[in-house]
Amino acid sequence: MRKILAVMLVLCLLLAAVPGMTQDMVELRIRWYDDGNEGEVLRDLLDRFEADYPDISVEIDTVPYRAILENLPLDLAAGEGPDMARVTDLGGLAEYYLDMTPHLSDPGYWEENFGPFLNWKRLPGDDSSIPGFMTQLTITGPFINRTLFEQAGIDVPSDMSDSVTWDEWAEASRAVAEALEIPYPMAMDRSGHRFAGPAISSGAMYFDDMGHPTVMDEGFRDMAERFVGWHLDGTMHPEMWPLSEGYAGANEEFANAELVFYMSGSWQVGQFSEQIGDAFDWQTVPNPCGPGGCTGMPGGAALVGIGATEHPAEVARVMEYLASQDVLGEFAARTLFIPAHAGLSASGVDFDTDLQLAKDSLGVFVGQVGTLEQTAFDLQAYAFNRAVFDATRDRLTQAMVGELTVDEAIARIQDDVDTALAEQG
Amino acid sequence: MRILTTLDPLTRPLLFILVTAIDGILKPIQRRVGIDKMGYFFVLPNLLIFGIFVLFPMLLNLYYAMTGGTKLFPADRPFVGLDNFATLFDCENFSQPNSCQEDLFWRGIFNTIQFVVFQVSGIVLFSLITALVLNQNIVARGFFRSVFFYPVLLSPVVVALIWKWILQHEGVLNAILELFGGESMRWLLDTNWAMFWVVFVSVWALMGFYTLILLAGLQSIPPELYEASSIDGANTWQDFRFVTMPLLMPTMFVVLVLSLIRAVQMFDQIFVLTGGGPGTRTQLMVQYIYTTGFSNQIQLFGLSAAASMVLGVSLLILTLLQLRLGNQSSLA
Repeated sequence: MRKILAVMLVLCLLLAAVPGMTQDMVELRIRWYDDGNEGEVLRDLLDRFEADYPDISVEIDTVPYRAILENLPLDLAAGEGPDMARVTDLGGLAEYYLDMTPHLSDPGYWEENFGPFLNWKRLPGDDSSIPGFMTQLTITGPFINRTLFEQAGIDVPSDMSDSVTWDEWAEASRAVAEALEIPYPMAMDRSGHRFAGPAISSGAMYFDDMGHPTVMDEGFRDMAERFVGWHLDGTMHPEMWPLSEGYAGANEEFANAELVFYMSGSWQVGQFSEQIGDAFDWQTVPNPCGPGGCTGMPGGAALVGIGATEHPAEVARVMEYLASQDVLGEFAARTLFIPAHAGLSASGVDFDTDLQLAKDSLGVFVGQVGTLEQTAFDLQAYAFNRAVFDATRDRLTQAMVGELTVDEAIARIQDDVDTALAEQG
Repeated sequence: MRILTTLDPLTRPLLFILVTAIDGILKPIQRRVGIDKMGYFFVLPNLLIFGIFVLFPMLLNLYYAMTGGTKLFPADRPFVGLDNFATLFDCENFSQPNSCQEDLFWRGIFNTIQFVVFQVSGIVLFSLITALVLNQNIVARGFFRSVFFYPVLLSPVVVALIWKWILQHEGVLNAILELFGGESMRWLLDTNWAMFWVVFVSVWALMGFYTLILLAGLQSIPPELYEASSIDGANTWQDFRFVTMPLLMPTMFVVLVLSLIRAVQMFDQIFVLTGGGPGTRTQLMVQYIYTTGFSNQIQLFGLSAAASMVLGVSLLILTLLQLRLGNQSSLA
């Protein structure tokens, strides 16, 4: 009888202990999207974190990029978001971020290493909050298929000059495509952000004297006219901009060697290393030049804490772990992302790839940081830059199919931006 | 209770308990409200569901349409009255979308009208022809009935992806054309062809459903009427005109109303097939509502809600008009 009572007592204690154990465990969720293998690397890093901190469990909810752009803002506005999220609309969602400062063991580390990029995630007037860290710094820039140039017997313009213009690239790409019957000489991601670099190089200012966004200048018009013209004469991939809604890329065309020149950005390096490898010589070339400089656009994605979380202290612990120099260095090395971390920039990252093409490509992108124009940084830091980018993308597309002239399209972009900002208040 | 005696001995007591329990609940209610009003009690659950999931969102949408700003919660949004409607209708010349403040809204309206006219006509015409053929004693009739219905089972996204694969520049259609010495074309990039293909794909995907409805209508026509008309010396055309069509008209109106509503609501298939392009050539009103409210960084819920009110009211007017015409023709 005593034995039975003892067994029952042990069982009761066990039953009581199990819920107790689960109650102590904090489960955090990250809303995430993938460009390449970064979700896999993050999971691996978090598994190690969970082994060290068994009281915190982190789930990664991987969603399409479009869901980050369109659904996440609604969830956040409704107070139903995740605990952390990987975002690219850095300033636009700033009102929903968690200021982790009170929960961080060393806020100075964050200021010191992420300082210049913290402002991108802050609301105007805020110069102290620490909402998260950049998972990568991105630089927009062109990729070329060097093998096609060699097969066509045409010189790569950037081999002969340090400041190749957009027109020179267009001419060379057309010549290669024509010689080899390649379907698309050039393509640019369907994104106003991607267009902004070339526009600034052409002299676009993007802001007036009062700091209000504007596209009503000769520099913007010059690139807009050229860009629309390239779609009409077949220099640019003729279907990508006119036949898409929202963002679209030409990764597949480039990886399938159907494209000579592809204006995209550094985040493609990891993907191209996997998809193309050394099947042909792909290469990043410096951003083409114009009267306004030879600039691309900076950008990137950030992992941010969400203000509505019920576990701010635990979120900060996860963030501290992921943002630590060793862990972030490993993340950058394995994903082939350029880190936005002063310590890592100083020490350098030994990228985890044997592919020389990828290393060279990353080297070119890192070298481009110094050539970026201040306007490009200002535009990236502007909280409502997507209003400008989206209107640029949609209205220029209308000009490509003849629904608007270039001038009408520019006027409409300005009108769309002004209306949206007026509603924003 | 008489029905209980026909059941097997095991089910009978269970059903008896159930019926008694329901009786126990309903009788006091009936005594209280009276037998005449019991009908309201029975439709109450449906009304509640309708109220919560249809009426309340509609009223909320109306409220959103009269507010501005970018906040999500109604309480945080400033009341602007009819400003959003005024913005939508601010136009120098309604036939020129570029002269309107919300040019994309008007492009959406014109595209929707064009799409609805061609798509609904196409569906009614081809469904009717197909139903008439499938109603005959043709070889492998069961097989053909299934074939025409299969596209209905596919998701609109799958349908759009299949046709995108066929119509893209390096697609199946161009490959066939080139095989026979023709020139490949950019079918979806040409502004005129794009609308044609959007309508075509939509008719292809949906006509099976409407064919089935019309086939049921055809089979409900008593064969004696055809026998009588044949005795009167009517030919095939006269059979169709004086027997088939008048008796099929109620079913035709069902098809017309259903296909019209579906056409005005069209979104997913076109969104995947053309993204509303080239430019905005195949962008319908629903896509404008979606883009304005959800896709842009600064989400204009008020304007989007106002546009959806305009769409809803237009649809209501069209449906009422059709029903009225239907009633008139059946009375005649």
